[in-house]
Amino acid sequence: MGPLIPNGVIPDEWNYIIAILIGIFFGFILESSGFSSSRKLAGVFYGYDFAVLKVFFTAAVVAMIGVLYLDYLGYVNMSELYVHPTYLWGAIIGGVIMGVGFVTGGFCPGTSLCAVAIGKIDAIVYVVGIMIGVFIFSEFYTFFEPIYDGFFYGNLTLMDTLGLSAYWIVFIFAIIAIVAFVATSFIHKKVKKVFY
Amino acid sequence: MNLEKSNNSHTYWNPYFGGFLLGIVMIFTFYLTGRGLGASGAMKSSVVTIVDTVAPTHAENNAYYSKFISEDKSPMNTWLVLEVIGVLIGAFISGGLSGRIGWRIQHSPKISSKRRLVFALIGGILFGLGAQIARGCTSGAALSGMSVLSSGGFLTMLGIFGTGYVAAYFFRKNWI
Repeated sequence: MGPLIPNGVIPDEWNYIIAILIGIFFGFILESSGFSSSRKLAGVFYGYDFAVLKVFFTAAVVAMIGVLYLDYLGYVNMSELYVHPTYLWGAIIGGVIMGVGFVTGGFCPGTSLCAVAIGKIDAIVYVVGIMIGVFIFSEFYTFFEPIYDGFFYGNLTLMDTLGLSAYWIVFIFAIIAIVAFVATSFIHKKVKKVFY
Repeated sequence: MNLEKSNNSHTYWNPYFGGFLLGIVMIFTFYLTGRGLGASGAMKSSVVTIVDTVAPTHAENNAYYSKFISEDKSPMNTWLVLEVIGVLIGAFISGGLSGRIGWRIQHSPKISSKRRLVFALIGGILFGLGAQIARGCTSGAALSGMSVLSSGGFLTMLGIFGTGYVAAYFFRKNWI
């Protein structure tokens, strides 16, 4: 049973081929949704285009429900999946810095790659920027290490944090997402159109 | 460029359709590999490779680079680097089918190309730094983390979008 590659159902040699195939689907979907345009992405922060919120929240809800179904139907054991670890202040401070970077540059790393693929020069500069950012972090690693390695809570899930079952959390999140979709469609009608 | 063509090239998928398919890809990724997607990890691998090539002793002595350097394989030999090569191919196919490929600097008509590039560089630096501190970007930490209900993934998502809305006011001239 799954996950298929770690459990040897699909031989390890296929791992990199599958990586490229998954990447192709990922890139195709992001680009087709308009995520190669920084002006479309930035729209989410100014209310003239909520594509980021709609795509991102829809994907998150679909993935959450899908993973729960895989677990429920016995295709994977959820405890075998890799859960992004929680380093409390690293997650918050890193997120805050990324938030400023998102509004300043108009991309996140995945979307900037899609824009690079179709020849956006601003995206190429942005990717160079990301690499400089990684370089700065690495060179001053000892300075960042306390928040990078500290406040570690393990592979914490919302079930542990909130004390609710996974089903309730996904249900509540789905409701929040639907409310957000309705609310943003109202806001979108009120905001002055920006053409790009 | 005639008007009809420029309209066509900016017609994108319905965002709910795109989001649904992205969610399906996410489910398959977890089912096949047991992990989520990523993007910034490949850029980290690139930086590690460049530093390791230019200054190998420096890279080995640095506590961060040395985590990703091993004797028997290149730091580029990772799942995420191949996935990102796929992302470039997939986006190129999508852009090609819709006639969106071409060298251009996209920016608001109210700002110059130079200003756009300067801000793109600053934004990239910040995002690269933040993605290391949070151990992942919008793809690896926020979206993949949220798919398996990781508390850290939700926190990072709230951090990115919450701060984005606060910071948006200060950068509004660049976009609207």
